[in-house]
Amino acid sequence: MSLNAHLVVERSAFRLDITLSVADGEVVALLGPNGAGKTTALRALAGLTPMTGGSLTLDGRDLTRVPVEKRAVGMVFQDYLLFPHLSALDNVAFGPRCRGASKSQARRTAQALLDRVGLTDQASSPPGRLSGGQAQRVALARALAVKPRLLLLDEPLAALDAHTRLEVRAGLRRHLAAFTGATVLVTHDPLDAMVLADRIIVIEGGHTVQEGAPAEVARRPRTDYVAKLVGLNLYRGEAEGHRVRVGELVFSVTEEIDGPVFVAFPPASVALFRSRPDGSPRNLWEARIDGVERHGDNVRVHLEGPVSVSADITQAALAELDLQLGQQVWASVKATETHAYPA
Amino acid sequence: MRLSHSSGNHRDVRRSRVAGRIPWVLTVPAAAGLLFLVLPLAGLLLRAPWPTLLPRLAEPNVLEALRLSLVTATIATAVCIVLGVPLAWVLARAEFPGRRIVRALVTVPLVLPPVVGGVALLLVLGRRGVVGQWLDSAFGITLPFTTAGVMVAEAFVAMPFLVISVEGALRAADLRYEEAAATLGASRWTIFRRVTLPLVAPGVAAGAVLCWARALGEFGATITFAGNFPGQTQTMPLAVYLALETDPEAAIVLSLVLLAVSIAILASLRDRWVNSP
Repeated sequence: MSLNAHLVVERSAFRLDITLSVADGEVVALLGPNGAGKTTALRALAGLTPMTGGSLTLDGRDLTRVPVEKRAVGMVFQDYLLFPHLSALDNVAFGPRCRGASKSQARRTAQALLDRVGLTDQASSPPGRLSGGQAQRVALARALAVKPRLLLLDEPLAALDAHTRLEVRAGLRRHLAAFTGATVLVTHDPLDAMVLADRIIVIEGGHTVQEGAPAEVARRPRTDYVAKLVGLNLYRGEAEGHRVRVGELVFSVTEEIDGPVFVAFPPASVALFRSRPDGSPRNLWEARIDGVERHGDNVRVHLEGPVSVSADITQAALAELDLQLGQQVWASVKATETHAYPA
Repeated sequence: MRLSHSSGNHRDVRRSRVAGRIPWVLTVPAAAGLLFLVLPLAGLLLRAPWPTLLPRLAEPNVLEALRLSLVTATIATAVCIVLGVPLAWVLARAEFPGRRIVRALVTVPLVLPPVVGGVALLLVLGRRGVVGQWLDSAFGITLPFTTAGVMVAEAFVAMPFLVISVEGALRAADLRYEEAAATLGASRWTIFRRVTLPLVAPGVAAGAVLCWARALGEFGATITFAGNFPGQTQTMPLAVYLALETDPEAAIVLSLVLLAVSIAILASLRDRWVNSP
């Protein structure tokens, strides 16, 4: 393991306490809502926020008490913080200069990095003349210029508009793949985390609530926050065989499982009926329509009932069913569409 | 005026119609106030001996006073920068008990009558003063009634301008740039030199110009602490005062020079000070 950290930062009404291990070449995303402590964790790793407890080792070296300027850490800030009075090249050369390189040597290093991120022509531009995507790449080059063993990225794509984001995300993924040290990035965008990270750590209220590969987190969310992010309905229940009791409702699931479990299913798998459907499909319940909103090409219907559920239906189905706010409907979900796993 | 749909322009329209309407009662004192400020300057221009202006400017005692003023004001400003920027940094960034009191002390020379400043300087740095005595016996340095004394008096009076301007710039500067520099391996000194200072450079420049202008016009503390010896301590303002009794035209010429310098300073600072809303 390249990075081993137990980060404890205590403030008046907040306590961050997470453990974190990142291997060389691995990219870990800290995902969480605002105020969860993601950025605090990142700042503690960089040495910008003092830790009140815990420990931090990088490549076997204890960094817990090492001041920020002596850590082999590169950081990309949310709004990049390129020095406005220096050109792109001098921004990138800043780190090598601070670490003892001669002026010409630092500039050569900087030029090579700018070439690598495709900004050869922008070397002499002041940051004010760079586009958001270009500034992001200069910030990345600046962080890489100090040859860090740990790369930290704080919301690397948050400052970009939707279109640039797509492009920059793909570029960033390539650069992160080429980086040999450990990478920790912070984001509240699940897509960024899924695309960029090898592993996701979900933080809520200063604690790790879930950790796993992106696909695993997306498929088996463990908190409402994650479920909402990845777009799943999530319930906690008691399982017995193929049946899971959630409140007064019993879900039939395909898995054979016992004890406390989560049940998750996508909103698109929920079918709605104006009246009780014929036969007796399992996983059927009556609910009241609490809200209707556009969701991509479809319509997302919020249902209140024994459980609170989101259902995605097509515009055509909405028209055909003639659904109104406050109306009682029947909702069902196929057992094969549900996914149950131990809580 | 073309009406536009931006909210900013709407505000302008409303302002010109209602909020900007002048109560007539105010116009008379406003005009009188303007006249009061402008008339003396106009008088200076009207009474100026224009035909003999250039030869008078070239007179040795005028040139001497001008040279002395420029040199002392510039060196005093340099001293203010060297001492004032670090002081501003401490006031803006360091947390220590009594910081508010220190800031108040720094601004005292701003409101203190300059003559009192001169007296205070004499008491401390004079030959019998607490520090002056020691300077004399240990290094053989005497400050009162010397050119160096002029610089001391000017720096004493002018430094608050620089400190206040730089402190404001430091407070407004984004600290996260310094954090970014620290993650890149910059030491505290490197951060100050290569990040903080360039970021607050406009504030330092504005402060230095104000400081220089104040030093150039210094009269009370200078004449009290450094006296009035032509070529040694007689700066422009002192020369003006002296000339007024013996040769009023020379006083006008010297005043015109100082007026021109003041206007040049105002012009150089127009974006920062004059156009403020």
